[in-house]
Amino acid sequence: MVDLLSVTDLTVGFATENGTARVLDHVSFAMRPGEIMGLVGESGCGKTTLARAILGVLPNNAAIASGSISFAQTDLLGRDTAAIRGRDITFIPQDPFGSFSPLFSVGDQIGELMRWKSPDRAPGDTGYTRTRRRADAARIQAALAAVQLPDIERLLRKYPHELSGGQRQRVMVAMALLPEPKLVIADEPTTALDVTIQAQILKLLRQLATERGASVLFTTHDLGTAWEICDRVTVMYAGQEAETAPVADFFARPRHPYTAALLDSLPTQGAALLGIPGDVPSPFAPPPGCRFHPRCPRATDLCRASHNETAEPAPGHFVRCHHPNEWPIQDGGPAS
Amino acid sequence: MRLLALALRRFLWMPPTLLGLTLIVFSVSHVIPSDPARVLAGENASIEQVETLRRKFGLDQPLPVQFVRYVSDVVGGNMGISLYTQRPVATDLIERLPATFELALFAIALAIMLGLPLGVVSALMRNSWLDQIVRLVTIGGLAMAAFWLAILLQLLFSMQWNLTPVQGRIDGWGPDPITGFYTVDALIRGDLDTFLTALRYLFLPMMTLAIPAMATIVRFTRAGVLNVMNSPFVFYQAAMGLPRRVVIWKYILRAALIGTLTQIGLVFGNLLAGAVVVETVFSWPGLGTYAYNSILQSDYNAIMGFTLFTGSVFIGMNLLVDIAQAVLDPRGR
Repeated sequence: MVDLLSVTDLTVGFATENGTARVLDHVSFAMRPGEIMGLVGESGCGKTTLARAILGVLPNNAAIASGSISFAQTDLLGRDTAAIRGRDITFIPQDPFGSFSPLFSVGDQIGELMRWKSPDRAPGDTGYTRTRRRADAARIQAALAAVQLPDIERLLRKYPHELSGGQRQRVMVAMALLPEPKLVIADEPTTALDVTIQAQILKLLRQLATERGASVLFTTHDLGTAWEICDRVTVMYAGQEAETAPVADFFARPRHPYTAALLDSLPTQGAALLGIPGDVPSPFAPPPGCRFHPRCPRATDLCRASHNETAEPAPGHFVRCHHPNEWPIQDGGPAS
Repeated sequence: MRLLALALRRFLWMPPTLLGLTLIVFSVSHVIPSDPARVLAGENASIEQVETLRRKFGLDQPLPVQFVRYVSDVVGGNMGISLYTQRPVATDLIERLPATFELALFAIALAIMLGLPLGVVSALMRNSWLDQIVRLVTIGGLAMAAFWLAILLQLLFSMQWNLTPVQGRIDGWGPDPITGFYTVDALIRGDLDTFLTALRYLFLPMMTLAIPAMATIVRFTRAGVLNVMNSPFVFYQAAMGLPRRVVIWKYILRAALIGTLTQIGLVFGNLLAGAVVVETVFSWPGLGTYAYNSILQSDYNAIMGFTLFTGSVFIGMNLLVDIAQAVLDPRGR
């Protein structure tokens, strides 16, 4: 199948007072149409920067040093992606509280989005005809009903501060799907919400995206969340992708020592909480060789000296490690 | 509906505020070590003449009695007789009002029309050469004393370039009054020559008032825009590819305006106070020159009248600002 999105060798640096921080370092991964991909990693591993790089909204002090991002066979780098953003690629933010303007009603803000990003809008059209407005109003009604929001007419007249966090994030999900995108980038969309509401929103997002055939790139630091809704998972460490695998394979047969350590650190009943010894390396002076070697129980001289390339030891299972875990190759189904 | 309730609530606060203002104004003008009856009677008047005047204007009564009488007079629209012009203060004020309002409204309009966009552009192009120039000019505009700025403008525009009159409001008589604004009246009557003349007279005093007002508006708009630009909602709108001009001029500007609006209310009050100096320098026949002459003549009824009037305008402006803010920001309602 042709990839919907492919990121190749992407390197992004941030200019700061202390020098250049290499937040992404030769990252490569690909997404297929209709799949839900989880981008997992600790804070500062570069997942949010990767999401912003794909959207084309990196901060001003960021510079793309190398690599390419290709979406639906077009190169996204070095061009203005404003027409693609919000139409073919939409966004669900981490913070549903601040991501609405407090001064305009919810209906105004959804209407503004549809005015510019409705599937009916021809490129370059700056007007907003009554026909389009009416069609969009029907779309908005349907989308808000789909995210299970009650009393839509009243909701549209309300201001963001009159909605609960869960309601706001439901509206965000609806807004992300309204332009009928091919790809939704969701940057930790449930971090700011209560646990019970998190699960509802995630299920909704998965269900609606699947129904509409949209891919979702979903960043999270929570492996449990990734397990719940993703088809495939990419784990990132210190600005590099460490391992990419189908979700069942990822959890049952992790190959990268970092993935294994992450899974071991998940709390289980009756067991002591395990952490990963050591600290995440500084993006200003990353260790030579493998980024993970200072914390890796299996590190050898090879790891300390030599840069590691991504390999595909089993079909669809990519790992960036000199000494990955070996698992017997199985066909299909998860090892239960 | 909630907006109306808010407006009504604020409105009900106006009378007590005005009463407090009257008390302050009254007290201040009565501690001035000067005897108004003496001033009025003139240097050669006899003691009997002075005392007769004192009784005539009720100046022999205890201060609280005088205050109560003053308040009840003011409520009835009577602000007393000007000791200097020998006419009712209220009549004097109303007659001179259009000149000052024409000046102040043109100045604030210019300050807003230039200040808002400059503030936004300066924030968007932060630290560019344009931003640096705008910052230099605004700091200069705030630091310069009004009378000095006025004299500089006169030297440059009138003496050096001969573009504008040095002082005054019009050649000869103004157009027949409709609004009392010479520029507007001339336009309504289709008299383009008079309009241009009035505009040339208006230009320098207007600029003198507008430059510091604009500087304040630019600074607050710039700070407001910079603050709002970092909001998550601005990032969200950029990530969703909304046109930049819509994000800036609709969403960012409206949020930044909330802070600027308070300042515009205060600036307009300052403008009326600043009119005293500016009108005097430019011999502009408005409330400012009236207040200036009243002070020189110890004409305390006129001073109180001017202060009370300016204070009322200030309070009225604050009421408008409160309502405008409630319109802009649903959270405060």
